[in-house]
Amino acid sequence: MSSDTPAPEPQSQTLSLPEMEGGGASGLRAVLGGILSSWSARISAAVLLIIVLMSVFAPLVTSHDPIQLDPAIRLQPPSAAHLLGTDSYGRDMFARIVYGSRISLLVGAGTVIVALLFGMIIGVLTGYFRWVDAVLMRVMDGLMAIPGVLLAIALVAISGGTLVTVLVAIAVPEIPRVARMVRGVIMGVRNEPYVEAASVLGTGMWPMVWRHMLPNTVAPLIVQGTYIFAAAIMTESILSFLGAGIPPEIPSWGNMMADGRLYFLLKPELIFFPGVMVSLTVLSVNMLGDVLRDRLDPRMAKRL
Amino acid sequence: MFLPKSASGLLKGALAVAFLGAGSLTAQAETTINAVMNAPLRALDPAISTAYILRNYGYMIYDTLLARDEAGKVQPQMASWTVSDDGKTYTFTLRDGLKWHDGTPVTAADCVASIARWDQVDKTGQVMASLMETMQAVDEKTFTLTFKEPTGIALLALSKPSGIPPFMMQKKVAETPVSTPITSTIGSGPFKFDASAYQPGVKAVFLKNEDYVPRSEPSSGMAGGKVVKVDKVVWTTMPDPMTAMNAMMSGEIDFIEQAPHDLLPLVEGNPDFKLQTFAKQGSQNLVRLNWTQPPFDNLKYREAALEALGQQSMLSAQVGNGKDASTTCAAVFGCSGPYATDYKADDIIKPHPEKSKELLKEAGYDGSPIMLMQATDLASLAPQGPVIAQQLRDGGFKVDVVAMDWASVVARRSSKAPVAEGGWNIFSTTNVLPDVGDPVGFIGTAAGGDSAWFGWPNVPKIEELRAAFARASDTETQVKIAKEIDQLAIDNVVMIPMGEFANINVVSSKLSGMPEAEAPVFWNVTKSE
Amino acid sequence: MLSFIIKRILSAIPVLFMVAILVFLVLRLAPGDPAVMIAGPNATPDQLQQLRESMGLTRPLLEQLIIWLTNMAHGDMGTSLISGKPATELIMDRFGPTLALSLSTVVLAIVVAIPLGVVAAWQRGKVLDRLVMGLSVLGFSVPVFIIGYVLILVFARILGWFPVQGYQPLSNGFVPFAQRLVLPSVALSFPYIALIARIVRTNVIEVMNEDYIRTARAKGLKESAVLMGHALGNAAVPIITIIGVSIAMLIGGVVVTESVFNIPGLGRLVLESVLARDYTVIQAVILLFSAIYVVINLVVDLLYGVFDPRIRY
Repeated sequence: MSSDTPAPEPQSQTLSLPEMEGGGASGLRAVLGGILSSWSARISAAVLLIIVLMSVFAPLVTSHDPIQLDPAIRLQPPSAAHLLGTDSYGRDMFARIVYGSRISLLVGAGTVIVALLFGMIIGVLTGYFRWVDAVLMRVMDGLMAIPGVLLAIALVAISGGTLVTVLVAIAVPEIPRVARMVRGVIMGVRNEPYVEAASVLGTGMWPMVWRHMLPNTVAPLIVQGTYIFAAAIMTESILSFLGAGIPPEIPSWGNMMADGRLYFLLKPELIFFPGVMVSLTVLSVNMLGDVLRDRLDPRMAKRL
Repeated sequence: MFLPKSASGLLKGALAVAFLGAGSLTAQAETTINAVMNAPLRALDPAISTAYILRNYGYMIYDTLLARDEAGKVQPQMASWTVSDDGKTYTFTLRDGLKWHDGTPVTAADCVASIARWDQVDKTGQVMASLMETMQAVDEKTFTLTFKEPTGIALLALSKPSGIPPFMMQKKVAETPVSTPITSTIGSGPFKFDASAYQPGVKAVFLKNEDYVPRSEPSSGMAGGKVVKVDKVVWTTMPDPMTAMNAMMSGEIDFIEQAPHDLLPLVEGNPDFKLQTFAKQGSQNLVRLNWTQPPFDNLKYREAALEALGQQSMLSAQVGNGKDASTTCAAVFGCSGPYATDYKADDIIKPHPEKSKELLKEAGYDGSPIMLMQATDLASLAPQGPVIAQQLRDGGFKVDVVAMDWASVVARRSSKAPVAEGGWNIFSTTNVLPDVGDPVGFIGTAAGGDSAWFGWPNVPKIEELRAAFARASDTETQVKIAKEIDQLAIDNVVMIPMGEFANINVVSSKLSGMPEAEAPVFWNVTKSE
Repeated sequence: MLSFIIKRILSAIPVLFMVAILVFLVLRLAPGDPAVMIAGPNATPDQLQQLRESMGLTRPLLEQLIIWLTNMAHGDMGTSLISGKPATELIMDRFGPTLALSLSTVVLAIVVAIPLGVVAAWQRGKVLDRLVMGLSVLGFSVPVFIIGYVLILVFARILGWFPVQGYQPLSNGFVPFAQRLVLPSVALSFPYIALIARIVRTNVIEVMNEDYIRTARAKGLKESAVLMGHALGNAAVPIITIIGVSIAMLIGGVVVTESVFNIPGLGRLVLESVLARDYTVIQAVILLFSAIYVVINLVVDLLYGVFDPRIRY
């Protein structure tokens, strides 16, 4: 046994890494333009646009306060005053759905930013420096082996549910996958002739990474980002459903479903309305992700 | 066989009775009650916690020396008593036939050790211990409690039905220090614990104790004969109340201890189920303010909070509108008990946001937020936080609601630190009425500063009155003292009563005979086929 | 080959070690006090302190970590802080239901997803393909508890075909065991079916464009024989990979499903332990799940050799 060669990477994790040509970003605009040619993409984009507009202009969409409660009018059916009825505290369901979109989009976007940022930093470091690789990737391996939802439940329940804890708890389990992908791309292009040439010409590490390596990660990161976005919204609803999510006072769709859980047989709409919103949002993002993936990198179709 | 199935069963049953006596009927058709209790059973030491599930567990496998009947009168259970002429010495004599589940007889020494362990942990027990001079076993079946002065506390304490009731254990078990949870499951009660079937947090199984000798009197409250009429009681945990109701409707379970009020329409009017409410198992909501931290170290702010809060909103959020399951009332020691008062009823029952704002202005409130802990994982507590927050905001307070599970509330409320360092300003909870209606033991009114319950109110006069109550031997004096405590508690805002609500059991129509007691108990209950 | 297997197994050990440290640190650095949970609402500060000491919670963090790791190395996963039972015993009690649920879900998912994926690949671009793909995205997008509740409502409450909840061990007979597993497995399998069907589809499509498949077709082999025999066989590696990798997803779903269907498995044990701050049990279960994940992916790696003749060690 030769102990100096590192153990081969687990196959499952290095499977079919995207190998993009340099300059992926320049072709990106054309690709993005072409995406809207598909019907499913158009519908998804339209749905997402409506949800985004709804969240931005929430106070214009509804005059009700999503937090104002009045138990005297609890559990009312839909009416002119309350378009979707009221929940078990007498809060306006429609207002909560509208304001809830803010939370879902925030959780989705926040998770993507945190996961991509840390994933990229770790990916670049490990892809570039062997010694960092040995240490950090062991930590990443460990993190990846811990079931994400369990880790998130434990983190949130124990350190208290705030928007930030929930965000971190959802994002952390996503980091290793991003890091692995970035690392793979960097390692893949490290030996490409044009990178080696730049290296011979004395280009420093950061310009090298910035100019020659990171552009290759843009396309897969965008695709990965959409899936993380969708998964984050889903995970938020699961955490809230289990009682380990965002503080109940904040109107999130997950919290609405957790509140409605008790009334499933009596008033299924309490869980149904936010359930549809989560499904619709996640569905649209996933659809867009699929189209993006097909356009940006057909070879990635293998991955998910 | 030409007989239909049921008839052949009957025949077999009849034959069995004829040949083997009635006892073996049970072997022929085993009856099991499947129950969903208010919480999962995870620990097995009923003396270490006031968690109601542990109290319920205690009543299954342990027995008590004395017990209160339906009317609240103290009756002999394991033991009868006599009082010396000077009123200071109580002599207890164990009845015949009492045996531990391992077959050994119950002795006076066991009881003395059990009381000695219990009176360290229970609030009423502590008061009793402080008044007591000696406690000793006289012979195998007799023991005495001698007090420094004449008092009725012994009967009150040893018949304490809820909180931590004084359960009798074997001496070797009772000698375990209170800081170490016991793991023995040997009691002398009407059920035996099936340790092999026990899965902490999932399932607990209790088997009929065939060797138990019940008293001959009819069952009444916690008193009278504890006759077990089924073979087995199984407690199953169902964390989701909706699942529990579904299981109830499919006939998979027979009893739900705490059904969410909003789900009752699912079974109302269905002849297969009945709703069962025992007044003694109701609960009182209470809001607690932290006296050791600003702003509630200042009486003006506490008064403002009391004015801002009202009872109906919280009760509606907990049990629904227009239901008769809730009562608003100002009394600290319970709406329907002997110590009920109307003192400052309007201020307590209705929200007065304007008065609150005025008081805040007088106090010079600078708008710094107060921290409210909300427990989110318990059905009866979860609705409290949002309602309190809303009313306090209406009353001019700025409120930070910090949501957490009950475990975190329990951990954090013991901190006297400033909010920024892990402390708190307000939390709310519920207590069952038997605990609320006991001026000596009720944690909500104890006001000895550091020794008081979380919030640490310090009103020395209340402590004097509680001690006086324990010594008082006639009801009239006790009522008078209790009402004085009530007034002081409200004037100083030691606690804010937030109304009472009933606990509703959903029960299969097959079950009948559950005693009207302070806790759900399963003796005397029959299950028909 | 053998040295690869050994190396691969050895490489799993530091991963598990890392998991152990991460889990321990995450749990211990968070606030919350198990002593308070045990002592109950009315305990005095003195009683609490006594309890903390007897539970070893007052020792320095590093000491607790080292003690814990040493015990783990000896196979002792600690004692539940709440029930006083060994964590291993609690886990054994709860292992059966989770194993049954997970296995039936995976089997169900594979049995349903592979034909779906193959059909979609075969009908590429046509209505059937779009339908399968559309449904698969939907399978990802609807939270598993919503699916669970709908199933309960329809099949247990309205139609009465299955019990609403609960679990019966196999030892109580196959029928009650299977009856109670159907709905939760179906609910849990939705995203899994979606995932596997998609992987099957893309890989079969890809393989079908390879030369040797064209040759097989050209030779006049039946379309079904080509699909099942060649294409699917060659798509086995990514399919197995995804089954292994998505074990993590399955575990997340198990927690929710066990809660909805009241199955006394490991997922609920975690949830209960988290709410009760039963650190030893949380640590033990998360570690166990992680170990399962590592082992399954180890097996998956080793299986490549069997399924892909092109890979040789």
